[in-house]
Amino acid sequence: MKRVIDWIDQRTGMQGLLHEVLFERIPGGARWRYVWGSTLSFCFFVQILTGLFLWMAYSPSANSAWESVYYIQHEMTGGWFLRGLHHFVAQAMHVLLVLHLLQVIIDGAYKAPREVNYWFGVVLLMITLGLGLTGYLLPWDQKGFGATKVATSLVGIVPGVGPALQKLVVGGSDYGHHTLTRFFALHAGVLPGLMIAAIAAHVALFRRHGITAKQPYRKPDANFWPDQVLMDGIACMAVLVTVVYLTLRHHGAELHAPADPTQPFNAARPEWYFLFLFEFLKLDFLTQWFGHHGELVGAILIPGAVMGVLAAMPFIAGWRLGHRFNLGFLSVLLLGAALLTVKSMRSDASNPGFQAAVAQARTEADRVVTLIKTAGGIPREGAATLLKQDPAIVGPRLFSQHCASCHRYGGHDGQGLVSSEPASAPDLKDFGSAAWLRGLLTPSRVTNLAYYGGTKFRTGKMVRYVQEKLPKLEAKHPGALESLIEAVVAEADLPVNRAAAAARKPLIEAGRVAVTTSFGCTDCHAFRKADEDATAPTLTGWGSRDWMVRLISDPTHADFYGSRNDRMPSYLKDGRLSEREIGMIVDWIRGDTDPAVWLKPVTAAR
Amino acid sequence: MAGFPMNASPDSTPRPRRRFLTEAAAGAVGACCAGVPLAAGLVAWLDPLSRAGGGADWIEVADVASVPSDGTPVRVTVVSGRSDAWTRDAAVPVGVVYLRRTASTDIVALHSVCPHAGCFIDYQTDRKAFFCPCHDSTFAVDGSINDPRSPSPRAMDTLGVEIRGQKVWLRFQNFRPGIPAKVALA
Repeated sequence: MKRVIDWIDQRTGMQGLLHEVLFERIPGGARWRYVWGSTLSFCFFVQILTGLFLWMAYSPSANSAWESVYYIQHEMTGGWFLRGLHHFVAQAMHVLLVLHLLQVIIDGAYKAPREVNYWFGVVLLMITLGLGLTGYLLPWDQKGFGATKVATSLVGIVPGVGPALQKLVVGGSDYGHHTLTRFFALHAGVLPGLMIAAIAAHVALFRRHGITAKQPYRKPDANFWPDQVLMDGIACMAVLVTVVYLTLRHHGAELHAPADPTQPFNAARPEWYFLFLFEFLKLDFLTQWFGHHGELVGAILIPGAVMGVLAAMPFIAGWRLGHRFNLGFLSVLLLGAALLTVKSMRSDASNPGFQAAVAQARTEADRVVTLIKTAGGIPREGAATLLKQDPAIVGPRLFSQHCASCHRYGGHDGQGLVSSEPASAPDLKDFGSAAWLRGLLTPSRVTNLAYYGGTKFRTGKMVRYVQEKLPKLEAKHPGALESLIEAVVAEADLPVNRAAAAARKPLIEAGRVAVTTSFGCTDCHAFRKADEDATAPTLTGWGSRDWMVRLISDPTHADFYGSRNDRMPSYLKDGRLSEREIGMIVDWIRGDTDPAVWLKPVTAAR
Repeated sequence: MAGFPMNASPDSTPRPRRRFLTEAAAGAVGACCAGVPLAAGLVAWLDPLSRAGGGADWIEVADVASVPSDGTPVRVTVVSGRSDAWTRDAAVPVGVVYLRRTASTDIVALHSVCPHAGCFIDYQTDRKAFFCPCHDSTFAVDGSINDPRSPSPRAMDTLGVEIRGQKVWLRFQNFRPGIPAKVALA
């Protein structure tokens, strides 16, 4: 062994090199306050390692980026853990950078003759921010896509070169394949390469000037190895444990639904370490003082000036009270950033619209995974096409756009947003179910806003029937109302009721008789046979897919409200929605969204 | 790290035992820190080993009538469902085979992938033989080796064929190249 080491050493000088690395002199002995640089190097090492492995599974193009990240996250053994490590170490790096900068300023390690070394540190800070910004886009999910659009739009406001610069960053005038290839090359090639060079220079200069030892010395001088190495190692371990804990707790990094430029994504936010800037740009003074230049000032000039002050700190330190100014400036900067971050998080937490959007984003993220698992893979056109065919996703979207100005769904707009306006049409959650119908037939509830309360029918015949006649009929025919409800609900044939339909058959048969006889429904409604004299919507197929599609297509049809229709548009007749879109709304309301039914699983020919 | 010759150290710690413990601890902590991300990456990288290849499905490939009765091989593209990492296709070309009639009701299928190194074997009508371009070697029309300098360890691979009505069905699979035995790729 010794001979081998000697052989190599004579040819490479390896031992001398190792010696130089390990036997850096530390005046006053090892201390915990010196660990920050090492933790950052460690983080970078982990990012290179995990990044290379992620690279082996990642495919940067607009119709495979999300899909390949999906595969890493949900299919590959331990892929979620690998991706989670990369994600959370990136976050840890930003925190550690701030701590390192603080320690350098507090200890005065940025002053002469270490100015150049400090500048390399500032450059490393900017490269790290650049890596965070570029990495955020790579999954090509709604969140990364939305955030990147904002960031690249800010590039466009730079005077003069802005539009050209934006086009270069995006790789064209629109977002697509080249946005990803360019961001990926920056993220995995250019920026890490610059980072390695800058770290090499940073460490070399650090070695040249030696450590800025904290006075007074507590212990005799020591070497880097082994005491400081152990301290650094323990600090790195603490970082690693934290990151592993976060990874396990969140099951890796979040992956939102695939990017879809045609869908609003109201849950869009930058990564938390950019939140302060995001919030800063929303401050009123920017527009009040600078008018339409507010964004330019807030996003480019002020951050540029702050970076300028940071870079000038070694010179400022030469003035009287300069060091104190630097300390104060950094404290105010960090405190301000912290306050803005808290402000941003608190305003999001108390914004029901944002919370609904976040919940909706999670629903979509989970749903697309279900769809892929059901289909046995992703079609060649990409995963976004699966969501576009899904009634569970498209249904509520269309409902909130086209129906929710009058109707509600469980009190909200279908996507969780509660309007301050009162409803002016029935709440359609569970429409077609016994519970819904029972509510309608309850005297105290029929004029609620969830039923006819907001419509002109609140003073109509049906309401009068429910409030005046029905209680008497119910008393006269005990139990018959239940069977009547069963009979009408059987027309809807909701998927949830199908399993038990056979067992209810006797009840349904009895109910059908009650509809036509004792309860007199057919005085106004048609039921299971044509009735030319019917004056109210037909109960034949009430709540079924076909009935609902036809009603939404044209409520003024004689089978429904005819000339008595109260403000509801004829969606198909007026060209507001296609039959397919109406079908998706109906499937969603009826809970007919099982992907195993509508999504034909792709199977091999047998 | 702990094994590094420490006598070269410029300072001498008064308590070598404590120093050794510190060195061992530093080495162990360092190895742990590097090991976790490395292991996480390797586990994901080794993922393909835990995945089985596509099974052998029966696939309809041609009309019986399209296979020449004089025994001339006809090239047929096999279309099947396929999973490629995340992408699932219902019907894409997955391979090419040669169908050849050996009797009026008997059809054999020969795989177009050379059993030597996996090159694409072409049928050359003028030579009435299969030709592999990688080593300029030939196979007879029945797929057997007819070239004394052939580097191939076995004859062309045959595939299971069934005639169902007027259609030729094939049990398509790929085989390991380079070995004398015909072993399906898993």
